[in-house]
Amino acid sequence: MAEYNSMDTAAFKGVWVFCEQREGLPQTISYQLLSEGRKLANDLGVELVGVILGSELNEDYVKALGGYGADRVLYADHPLLKDYTTDAYTKVLCDLVQEKKPEIVLIGATNLGRDLGPRCAARLHTGLTADCTHLDVDVEKYKNFLKTTSTIDVDNTKFEENTNLKMTRPAFGGHLMATIICPRFRPQMSTVRPGVMQTQEYDEAAAERCVVEKVPVALSAEDIDVEIVEIKKSAKKLVDLIGADVVVAVGRGISADPEKGIALAEELAGVLGGVVGASRAVTDAGWLSVDHQVGQTGKTVHPRIYVALGISGAIQHLAGMQDSETIISVNKNEAAPIFEASTYGIVGDLFKVVPELIKEIKTLKGMA
Amino acid sequence: MDFTLSKEQQMAQKMYREFAENEVKPLAKMVDAEEYFPKETVAKMGKLGMMGIYFPQEVGGSGGDVLSYAMAVEEMSRVCGTTGVVLSAHTSLCAAPIFENGTPDQKAKYLPKLCSGEWLGAFGLTEPGAGTDAQGQQTRAKEVGDNWVLNGSKIFITNAGFADVFIIIAVTDEVLDKRGRKQKLCSAFIVERTDPGFKVGKPEDKMGIRGSSTCELIMEDCTIPKDRLLGVRGKGFQLAMATLDGGRIGIAAQALGIAEGALDETVAYVKERKQFGRAIAAFQNTQFELAEMKARVDAAKYLVYAAAMKKQQAMNGAKVRYSVEAAEAKLIASRTASDVTRRCVQLFGGYGYTRDYPIERMMRDAKITEIYEGTSEVQMMVISGAMLK
Amino acid sequence: MKAIVCVKQVPDTQGKVAVKPDGTMDRSKMATITNPDDLNALEAALKLKDETGCEVVVVTMGPPPAEGMLRELMARGADRGVLVSGREFGGSDTFATSQILAAAVNKIGVGPEDVVFCGRQAIDGDTAQVGPQIAEKLHLPQVTYAANIKKEGNTLTVKRMLEDGYMTLKVNTPCLITCIKELNEPRYMSIPGIYSCYAKPLEVYDYEALKDDPLIETDTIGLKGSPTNVYKSFSPPVKGAGMMVESVGQLVGILNDKHLI
Repeated sequence: MAEYNSMDTAAFKGVWVFCEQREGLPQTISYQLLSEGRKLANDLGVELVGVILGSELNEDYVKALGGYGADRVLYADHPLLKDYTTDAYTKVLCDLVQEKKPEIVLIGATNLGRDLGPRCAARLHTGLTADCTHLDVDVEKYKNFLKTTSTIDVDNTKFEENTNLKMTRPAFGGHLMATIICPRFRPQMSTVRPGVMQTQEYDEAAAERCVVEKVPVALSAEDIDVEIVEIKKSAKKLVDLIGADVVVAVGRGISADPEKGIALAEELAGVLGGVVGASRAVTDAGWLSVDHQVGQTGKTVHPRIYVALGISGAIQHLAGMQDSETIISVNKNEAAPIFEASTYGIVGDLFKVVPELIKEIKTLKGMA
Repeated sequence: MDFTLSKEQQMAQKMYREFAENEVKPLAKMVDAEEYFPKETVAKMGKLGMMGIYFPQEVGGSGGDVLSYAMAVEEMSRVCGTTGVVLSAHTSLCAAPIFENGTPDQKAKYLPKLCSGEWLGAFGLTEPGAGTDAQGQQTRAKEVGDNWVLNGSKIFITNAGFADVFIIIAVTDEVLDKRGRKQKLCSAFIVERTDPGFKVGKPEDKMGIRGSSTCELIMEDCTIPKDRLLGVRGKGFQLAMATLDGGRIGIAAQALGIAEGALDETVAYVKERKQFGRAIAAFQNTQFELAEMKARVDAAKYLVYAAAMKKQQAMNGAKVRYSVEAAEAKLIASRTASDVTRRCVQLFGGYGYTRDYPIERMMRDAKITEIYEGTSEVQMMVISGAMLK
Repeated sequence: MKAIVCVKQVPDTQGKVAVKPDGTMDRSKMATITNPDDLNALEAALKLKDETGCEVVVVTMGPPPAEGMLRELMARGADRGVLVSGREFGGSDTFATSQILAAAVNKIGVGPEDVVFCGRQAIDGDTAQVGPQIAEKLHLPQVTYAANIKKEGNTLTVKRMLEDGYMTLKVNTPCLITCIKELNEPRYMSIPGIYSCYAKPLEVYDYEALKDDPLIETDTIGLKGSPTNVYKSFSPPVKGAGMMVESVGQLVGILNDKHLI
């Protein structure tokens, strides 16, 4: 093998998606990334490759990655890849990249992906952009994106005409958006948070066409410095914010009586058929566990209805919920920024408004 | 006078604010409502070196300075008047006189544990029939063999219910003055809570600083070893007065903190509260009230900080007294606290009168600063006494 | 034995954010704080110091005023500080930053019993990349998202948080751990700490001090050594304000009309 040179950009081709699996199950983030990767691969006219590492995975699951867009799946099957370890996964993924030279590698910004991505980028001597919310290779598409999401005068701005990956992410706690490029090195690496990209419809025929290629794995126990003692699933069922149809989120406004505030949110979520979310202030204070957190450092949601109770609407929070279809906010400060992002707003004390709201909805639905 | 805070003082102030916000403020309402003595907070303050801020590290202190101590009382009081006075009485009225007057053995025995917060300190001068008045003192100490035996009682003693070490002033001698009248001479003693014959009475039910433990002390043949005499025999009243000079800086800082805390709450409230379709902050009456209160609070702050810096000079060995500065600081800061909290309640309107907001608590807490460790009238006696000397 | 803690001074994005006319953040107008996760990293190191008496070294890359932060961390209990500062280091992305910090950690020296602690991520970038990248450059095993750490001899047992549970991992020193909020409650500065922190040693590593490390090349540090660069930056759009409704009844009526409930 010729010496690997990450600056020889012309030698790199194809879009890769690292498909994360846990306990043998591909994670939904993998499907989201494949769907996004499909678009990029189409724009570039190249192959989309799913890369999955594991041990004795169900072949149907592996093949199914094709149904979400992969033309080909590289499957590294080895007992030492059963569960994630930084050392084994970094070695196998980096070896594959060095051998096959993809131009783009997408990784889910999960707790595992954010462990793997930077380690690989450092080893491969290339750039990595974390937590991207939008990806483009095509300049025209990027311009159209800017037209709807920025105040930049796109038509009078010069853009370099090339197919570098334009990776857009919130910066500074979401106060600013930045588009990052990695022009001199390959692969261009990016992590994407779960829930940001939409999963495409499963395509049966595409799954059939997908080629699964088992790749040889050069790995031994000596390569791994960290020993897994146990893996435990949380006993408490975590709230599924990302898939929720309705999210009722609480913010600092509940501080007068956090318990009551949360109970009210739960009751409202109950009548609307939703789940309870929270702003960072609430999870930082320990009133709700971190899995409830919506925002730049929490989860990105786009439910049908998002109800913000006592949330001021810091941009860090808006970053996680502003794409919700209908946003309803209750805040006693009429100047709260949340109202700027809301479809409907009520100025008032949530401890007074919410019980009334619950009562009215119940009456309407004949639940009272 | 240079009021620029040193790097260390700025850092300490930042730490006090974080501590007050996270550890003290969340308890303040409960401390007041349930007359709860914040002993957990005292333990935390001890661990962080806040119970002996300005004493040198050699005696177990934190190696800080008097202004840093005053700022600690200020910042605690900003969110909880009770916590402020616990810190002030302990430091100024118990640890300080031991540090300033104690024998090497006394310092070694008491200061490390007082500074670490393992022991809490208190001070007993006031009696049912006497405040800042030596001749009115009824508590007596007699030499019996190798011991002192104390009899009498003290009232309104801050920290009493939880203190381990008490500085007690008692009459030990009587002499005749030039005109042949009997003069009582007092001495100071270190009394431990466990000493035989020493009892702490029932706590007072107070208007403010309700979590602080204010009790009577009863000494019935309270027997302590000879080496508990603090300072010079017969000079106990002077020791008490010098101690109160320091204490007044602490109380002035407490008053300052209460006033600042009331302003913090009020500024936040007037921006939120609406009347006639506008935030009440938009009304000129509100603006002028705030402006004047702020100016008065800052004026008080300069006096408090100046007094603390003067005491620091004395600590550093300069032959300076700071009685007048301390009295001025306490007089003005306590009046400011009472005035500002009362006006803040007014700005809050009806809500200010309810216990849903902390502002009425601050108004109740403020009043005591005009009374204890020498009333405002006593402060004026000190100040005018120096003028007319 | 040493615990080396990598820290970063960040603008307090929880407070008021100052924005320059060109849309970028005006750091000079914003209050700075120690990155919150880094305080958890320091606390983990100080706990180790409480147990073993090891030395705690804090290291940061930043402009000279970052010394103030290092002094505060010494007031919390760190024994000495290293400030990595130089014009050559400016403009570094996470890759180049980790090159420089890894060189600095090399200069401090990682012994066989030592542990390097980082915060999970900094609130100004939220990338969570520098910790793992330093580990890679130093060829150290890493454990990220640590929520519990126990040390027995040279073996650390670490609880590593996942979104849906946790893993328990064993790793030998030397290693690098990135810490999250759940790991511990950072201690306050202490008053004796505050009054002695300016007497503790603080070294400044500039380009000259680090240039002999193989990690430091003109094309691996600073703007020139950064693989990524900003292509465009812009303010996120502000959605037009929605409709303010006067009463709960009106709201429920609208929601019902639109078949939202």
